[in-house]
Formats: sequence, structure tokens, C-alpha cells
Amino acid sequence: MALATILLVDDEVPFVETMTKRLVKRELEVIPAYDGPAALARLEENPRIEVVILDVKMPGMDGIETLSEIKKRHPLVEVVMLTGHATVESAIEGMKKGAFDYLMKPCDIEVLVAKVTEAAARKRKQEEKIIEAQMREITSRRT
Amino acid sequence: MDTEKTLTPDIRHPEYARLRFRIALTVILVAILPMVLVSGIILFQFDRFANRMVYAHLGELVLKHRQNIDFFLKQRLSDISHLFRSFGVEPLRHREFLEQRLRVLQEEYSYVFVDLGLVDEQGRQVAYAGPYELQRADYSGAEWFKRAIRRQAFISDVFLGLRGHPHFIVAVKRTWEGRDWLLRATIDFVAFNSLVENLAIGKTGTAFILNREGEFQTRAPGGAPKLTKQQYLNLFKKGEDALRSAASTLNTSDLLLEGHGYADEYLDRYLPTGSMFTVEKISEGGTRFIIVAAFLKDNQWLLIFQQEMADAFAQLKQTQLMTALVALFAVPAVVALAFLVAGRVVRRIARLDFEKELMNRQVIETGKLATIGELAAGIAHEINNPVAIMVEEAGWMQDLMSEGVESEENRREFERSLRQIQTQGRRCKEITHKLLSFARKTDSRVQQVQINALVQEVLELLSQRTRFANIEVKTALEENLPLLEASLTEMQQVFMNILQNAVDAMEKSGGTITVTTRREGERLRVSVADTGPGIPATNMARLFDPFFTTKPVGKGTGLGLSICYGIVHKMGGTIEVESQVGKGTTFHVLLPLSTAKG
Repeated sequence: MALATILLVDDEVPFVETMTKRLVKRELEVIPAYDGPAALARLEENPRIEVVILDVKMPGMDGIETLSEIKKRHPLVEVVMLTGHATVESAIEGMKKGAFDYLMKPCDIEVLVAKVTEAAARKRKQEEKIIEAQMREITSRRT
Repeated sequence: MDTEKTLTPDIRHPEYARLRFRIALTVILVAILPMVLVSGIILFQFDRFANRMVYAHLGELVLKHRQNIDFFLKQRLSDISHLFRSFGVEPLRHREFLEQRLRVLQEEYSYVFVDLGLVDEQGRQVAYAGPYELQRADYSGAEWFKRAIRRQAFISDVFLGLRGHPHFIVAVKRTWEGRDWLLRATIDFVAFNSLVENLAIGKTGTAFILNREGEFQTRAPGGAPKLTKQQYLNLFKKGEDALRSAASTLNTSDLLLEGHGYADEYLDRYLPTGSMFTVEKISEGGTRFIIVAAFLKDNQWLLIFQQEMADAFAQLKQTQLMTALVALFAVPAVVALAFLVAGRVVRRIARLDFEKELMNRQVIETGKLATIGELAAGIAHEINNPVAIMVEEAGWMQDLMSEGVESEENRREFERSLRQIQTQGRRCKEITHKLLSFARKTDSRVQQVQINALVQEVLELLSQRTRFANIEVKTALEENLPLLEASLTEMQQVFMNILQNAVDAMEKSGGTITVTTRREGERLRVSVADTGPGIPATNMARLFDPFFTTKPVGKGTGLGLSICYGIVHKMGGTIEVESQVGKGTTFHVLLPLSTAKG
């Protein structure tokens, strides 16, 4: 069983390919996507996806837009933004829109794995809380 | 050598030489024209004024002189008339008494009277007092007697008479015991002459008296007459014309003689002859004379004053000569000064032009730095991507190393990664080269520029930005365009600025940029059309003003378009802008294909 299932979104194909190999080697399940709309499609297909690694600067639908869309449709899925130039504005905007964290490209793979694991853990915790809440509701209804 | 030349203003440039000449010419015109006009007017007016003054002065002198002579003659008539009245005819018939009266008169009038004589109506001299032996002389045949016996008073012309010596006679008539008697006196010719000649002005001004026969009644002017007899005789006719025109206006100076009674006839006919007249005559020798004349003695005599023109106007001529001399020295002085001043002004202008040129170059450089700054953000990202890939590939190779490279699969993977690093490294090199080609120092040297290649190069630099801003770039580049004579770096800057503005305008909304190149006769048209928000009319007029920008602080310098304008204008081209709010903006850059100026 993989540590976490992630969606890797970037318009640079070689980057996605190599990164995928490296993450797989670190026992992560990686689904690649090369632009915003593809990312949203993959998310629909795979409810297992826990964390999205999202490049900010992409042609067409950019990272911030994709982030908003993901958060709208899948609020529990965590997003780690990846950018070439982390400006204060885009960082603030991303965080406001609910990104888990920000990483500068190129980044150390171990840091990325740690971040992703952390994000996945939070997602699971959130899900547990929701299940707990739902359970409590059911049990209280019985009593 | 070349840099040396561009560092100092080139004052010897034909443009500056022409400018200097034009300024000098203007200064000369402005300075000399009024001078010539004013001095011309003054000279002309002065000439007229001086002329009038000279004539008026001479006229007045002649009138006064005429009056003096007139008074002299009338006084002599009055003197002998007085003898007649006081003593009657009887005592005058005695020689002793007559001699006594002559002595009294001579003592009183300093020997103006030469002799006295009483003549009866048959022309016999009854009594005589004087130096000649003229007792009992018979004048019955004498011209003067025939005329005098018919008048109350008479003054003769100068004649030789019995004594063979020029003289003239004054005579008065009186009736006693039914017979007419004439008392006559001879006037000393020398005394009369000196009275007339009293009027001498300048070097050549002389006065004399002429009778109707053209005979001199005094000594000829300057020893010999200057004009022909006919010329002098013509003066009488002129005088009579003048008389007629002046007949209605009486001269008050003549009225002084009114009411004396003793010389009625003389007086009556003399009264309206008040005017004097002025003519100019040229002698046979070619000398010009001013002649001022007035009638005397029953219009029988003409008092003539004549003076050589040159003499009369000597002072005027001298003044004119002085003025001409001053002008003659002033003109070269003004011309020299004008060229000196123009030279200074042009040197100053050349210096300013040179400074402006330097400043322009600095502004272009500054504008380019700003453009590079803007580009850098895009480029950084563009470089960051291959760098990230290389880092990942290197990381992947490390991952593989920990497993060992012995297996065939890992070795192939290793090689693939190395190739990928090489590929991405080359990509980085291309990007930096593109940026460097734009960032190198502006070289304003004119070279042959392929406009299509240049446009594509610039578009490539911006490709990253357009890709991320969802901007579609279309090109319609006419093939086989002639080469443009221009500075490559300046042209890059022009199109980089215009294209960057188009991208900036559509950064948020996306859209289409269409770049068109086309030959139009002797010009090249490069059009950059965007589908952005357009430029409001209020900003249109200030579009090319330096430091005018609508971009946020820190984003735009406001120099871009002003630099474009400067560069294109310097080449002899133009930039035109069409814009519709909500539809988009099109910049047309028109560049001359040959004979680029500057």
C-alpha cells in the first residue's frame, strides 16, 4: 500500500515524468496531469487522490484558477503549490484559496515528500473527524 | 577616432554652416534695413527741408536787399523833390544856390549825389552844379529827358551820356509859371554799385541789376557774366509770369512806400510787384546756378542774386557725405558683428544638440534597462523550468545510484537522464542568449536589418509571457522584404516595447496579437494589433510623452513609447496609433527603406 496517492500537475512533461519516477520510488502513488482541466478530470476519476502538487504558472488555466476549482469540487483534497518564482502576492492568494503550502521549484525531493505526507495525514485526519461526527450523529439518534 | 568624433559637437557640419548663414542674414536684415530706411527718409526729408531753407533764406535776403535798393532810389527822388518843394524853381535857377544845395546834400549823404541840374521843358540845362562843365547843356535829344518830362518822377537806366562815364539820373518834374521844370541829379555809380553788391553770400553769391535790354546796371557778377545774355533776358519773362500769379497778393514790405505822393506813377505800378522768384539755370560751362530775382524800378530793372548750386548747398552736401560715410563704416561693422553673433549662437546650438543627443542615448539605454527588468521576470520562470528538470534528473540519477547501475534497465535510465540534462542545459543557453542579444549595449550604428527575422526574434523572447497570458500570436509577414537600413538594437527595442505593451494590455484577459509586415512603396509598414481594452481618447494625446504611464508604480517607466517615437522619428519614419476602447489597439510603424536620415 502506497504512503499516499498524489496528482502531479505541471506543463513541463519531462519534469512530470522524472518527478513521478522519483516519487514512486518513495512509495507514493502518482497520477500525472499536464494542465488544469486534465487535473480536474483525473480528480473526478480517482477519488483516492489525497494531495495535488500544482504548478502555479501554466498556460491556459493557471495554478491559482485550478486551485480554486479543486477546492470548490473537492474541499478535502490538499494542494501543495509549486512555483518558479514565489512572489508574496501569489503565495498570499494561494493560501487564501486554501492551499496547504508553498514550495519553490526546484525543491528537494525529501522536503516535497515530507510536505506531501504531512498534507495526506491532515486530509485523513479531517476525514476521520467527519466520520466521527457522522458516527456521533447516528449513535445519538439511536439513544 | 570614431568615438572621438562623436564626443564633440561637429560645428563644421553643413547644417550648422547654413544655420549660421541664415542667422547672420536675419541679423543683418533686421539691423541694416531699418537703418537704411530711416537714414533714407531722414536724408530725403533733410534734403527737402534744407532746400526749402536755402531758398527761403535767399529769397528773404533778396527781398530785403531789393527793399534797401528801392528805399535808396526813392530817398534820392525824395531828396530832390524836397528841394523843389522847399524853395520852388526860382532860387534853383542860380548856380551858386544850386552848388550850395549840392554841398549840403553831399555832406548829408556822403557824396552819393555827383551833380544837380535844373532843366527847362525844352531840355536846356538852366543851372548846373557839379564837377563837369555842363552849364547850358542841351538834353532835348537825350532819351532820359524825353521820358522824364512825361512823368512826375523818373529814374534812368545807366548810360554814358555827355560825360562818357557810366551813371544814372534821378529827376522830378514841377510846373512853375505855366512851364515844366525838371530837377535832375546824377547818382554816383560807385556808391550805388557798392550798395547792390553788398549782398554777397558764400564764395560765389553775387547780386547785380539788369535792365530790360540785358545791360548790367551795376558791375557784372564776379567781373564777367556767368550766363548768356539770352538766359538773363529770359528771367524778365519768368518774372512777369511770377508777377501775374502774385498780382492778387500784395507784399506788405512794399506798402511801406504808400502815401508818399511824390512818386505816384512809380509807386502805382510798382505796388503789385512784391514777389520775387527763384529759378535754376545751367551755364554754358555746365555749372548750375540758383538765381533769385526781384523787380525794381517800375519793373524795368531786375535785381538778380546768383550763386553756384554747389556753393549754396555746400553744407547740405557735407552733411550728406558724413551720413554716407557713417553708413559705409556701419554696414561692414554690422555684417561682421552679425556673423560673430551667429557663430556664437550656432556653437551654442551645436553644443545643445550634442547634449540632447547624449541625453537621448541615455534615455534609450534607461528605457532598455526597464524593458530588460520586465523581461527578466518572465525569463526567470522560463529558465527555472529547465533548471527544475535538470535538478530532478540529477536527483533521479542519485536515486538510481543508490540501487547500483549494474542492471541494464538502470543504465538506460541513467543515459536517458543525462540526455535530458543536456537538452535542458541547451534550452537554458538559448534563453540566456536571447536575453543577452537584447540586453547588450545599444549600438546605434546603421546596419542591414531583416525586419521579419527581427520581429520573430522579439516574439520568441515574449513567447513565455504570451503563452501564460493566453495570448495567441499571429504573424502575417510579407516575404522577400528588402533589408532595412537601421540600428539592429534600436529596432529590437522599438518592437519589444510595442509588443510588451500589447501583452501587458491583455495579461488578464488574453487575446490575439497580430503582427503584419508589408512593403508600401519606399516604406516598410510593421503593424502590431492587439485585442486588448484599447486606449481612452484622453490618453491618446499623451501616449508618446515621456514618463506618461498607466501601469502600476514600479511596473512601467513611461519611457517605452517615447523612446520608440524618438528612434523611429530619427530614422525619418513615423508611428501611427489606432485604438478603439473595448476592441483593441494597432500600432503602425512606418520606416523608410532608403536614405534614412540622421
